[in-house]
Amino acid sequence: MTAVLSVEDLSVHFGPARPVDRVSFHVNPRETLAIVGESGSGKSLTALSMMGLLPRNAKVSGRVLIQTPQGPADMLGLPEKRRRLLRGKQIAMVFQEPMTSLNPVHSIGHQIEEVLIAHENLDRAARRTRVLELMNLVRIPDAARRIDDYPHQLSGGMRQRVMIAMAVACRPRILIADEATTALDVTIQAQILQLLDNLRRELDVAVVLITHDLGVVSQWADRVVVMYAGLHVEQATPAQLFGDPLHPYSYGLLRASPRSDAGLTYRDAPLAEIPGSIASARGEVGCPFRPRCPAAREVCGTVQPPPIQHRGDRLVACHFPGILTQEERHVAAYA
Amino acid sequence: MPSDSTLHKALAKPAVRTQTAQPTPRPEWRHIHAPDARSATTAHLPRRQGFRELKLFLRNPNAIFGMVVLLTMALCALTAPLIFPRDPLAMVSRPFLWPGQDPAFPLGTDSMGRDVLAGLVHGARISLYVGLAATALGLGVGIIVGALAGYFGGLTDRILSRLIEIFQTLPSFVLVVVLVAIIGPNATTITVSIAIVTWPTVARLTRAEFRSLRENDFVIAARSLGFGHAHIIFREILPNALPPIIVTSSVMVAGAILMESALSFMGLGDPNVVSWGSMIGGGREMIRTAWYLTALPGLAIVVTVLALNLIGDGLNDALNPRFSEDRL
Repeated sequence: MTAVLSVEDLSVHFGPARPVDRVSFHVNPRETLAIVGESGSGKSLTALSMMGLLPRNAKVSGRVLIQTPQGPADMLGLPEKRRRLLRGKQIAMVFQEPMTSLNPVHSIGHQIEEVLIAHENLDRAARRTRVLELMNLVRIPDAARRIDDYPHQLSGGMRQRVMIAMAVACRPRILIADEATTALDVTIQAQILQLLDNLRRELDVAVVLITHDLGVVSQWADRVVVMYAGLHVEQATPAQLFGDPLHPYSYGLLRASPRSDAGLTYRDAPLAEIPGSIASARGEVGCPFRPRCPAAREVCGTVQPPPIQHRGDRLVACHFPGILTQEERHVAAYA
Repeated sequence: MPSDSTLHKALAKPAVRTQTAQPTPRPEWRHIHAPDARSATTAHLPRRQGFRELKLFLRNPNAIFGMVVLLTMALCALTAPLIFPRDPLAMVSRPFLWPGQDPAFPLGTDSMGRDVLAGLVHGARISLYVGLAATALGLGVGIIVGALAGYFGGLTDRILSRLIEIFQTLPSFVLVVVLVAIIGPNATTITVSIAIVTWPTVARLTRAEFRSLRENDFVIAARSLGFGHAHIIFREILPNALPPIIVTSSVMVAGAILMESALSFMGLGDPNVVSWGSMIGGGREMIRTAWYLTALPGLAIVVTVLALNLIGDGLNDALNPRFSEDRL
């Protein structure tokens, strides 16, 4: 099974800052890959790099290979004209803010239709039919009546459905959802995630879920990439990650998640936190998580750990993988 | 042949479906069965709200008033050679006939015995032509320059902004006078000169609108769907930038009419054509004895400019879907 998308050694520089630092991962056909990390960890920039949509002052290196019917294409190396043909057709993206991602002056039907005009060769009636199909596909109720509505007449969840309809209009192989449910309330969030998962199966599309919500990851992802300060620190399946986090940062993230089964209210006992804040992305020596890491040793200050294979298919960038989990077990054994 | 080809297609279809060869098995769209997709009730649904903007515009009484006035003016201008086939510059009666004195000349005659009504009707031609043509030209150039500068930013913006500033530092009316004086007065040169001094306003406005609009999420969303720069500029951003431009353009038409009148008033207009400005200019020496000679063409200018402003407001309200939602 060849990957539909593989990111190889991707780095993004803004002057001396390097918010994305040698990130590599791949996306298999029809899978859901989650990229998690806190604000400033480089998730969104990674997503924009995959689309070839970085701001002009960004310097980017590495490769983003996208499988096309004509063979693999490197999004970063192609001229803008060729990239444009990939966007929307091979790889598409749904953004965080459904309120502002739709053009307020065009009706939603028109906006979906524009995507078809850009990439497909269909006559007017066929386009109209396809727009209705797409609106039905993303479960917009009463699509025929809604087709000429303007974005401001729709709720946030409906707008996000329209955005998804636009993104899948030309049947891309890869769909990136950049915090696509963060701006929605929880019930709508679940519906949208369910919709993305249905589309993944129905349309044979791989979903890249960019999120900071570990609950979303545990429920919907097939594999997880954890990012910290622009680095790819861990990669595992949700079961592996949640059962046995190898990187101290992943461990901290999990500890910092509220859990309903903990038997305590956080009013009485504070939620665990990772001390400090995300390190500046300027290239310092050593592990970027060292200042916040409870298990840091001397070597962490001098050598930056590269991502290494660990126990088969997992990847971790730590000198002492699993150290905190082991310590916890150790402590628990004596308690 | 049509029946033959459909038959072929029908026969060919199953073959296409079975052909799901490995590396990229991308089945046809048709296999997806979303609820009620392609059902007879939803497919081929006619487009609703197609003339929504027009309906809204026609619901605004001010806009209708402006439109009626402007259309009357335009009709007069177009049919002037039919209503008054004689040259409006010809002497037809004794001078200083007051309005109403002679039923043959309802608005009287001027100091040379020329028909004032014929002058006003023929004058509408040049005023409206210059006003509309100069604005169209100014808008075209201004929108393109402003859109490119605002959208691309960087070096393009710096070069185009300097160009706009060069034109803006020159006093506009003086520039028009100089240009017309150099290249000679006729309707085309006056139009071009007025467009040359008015496009920087549009360009600045468009640039400012584009600069703020290009940061919007829908622009990056449009890029992520594979739209090109031209599509994003003209079909995504420009419609959002239009309301202020349209309002400005109605004022620009008014301004161009005034500018043409001022040129004619100063005797820099086309000497072979009667215009409202030249009529005011010709009547200004008799303002104490025959004030109607300046007041009537002045009134024509005021009414036209007012009509244009009302239309501009009406367009602004109708073209902004957010603003007009509750009135539909």
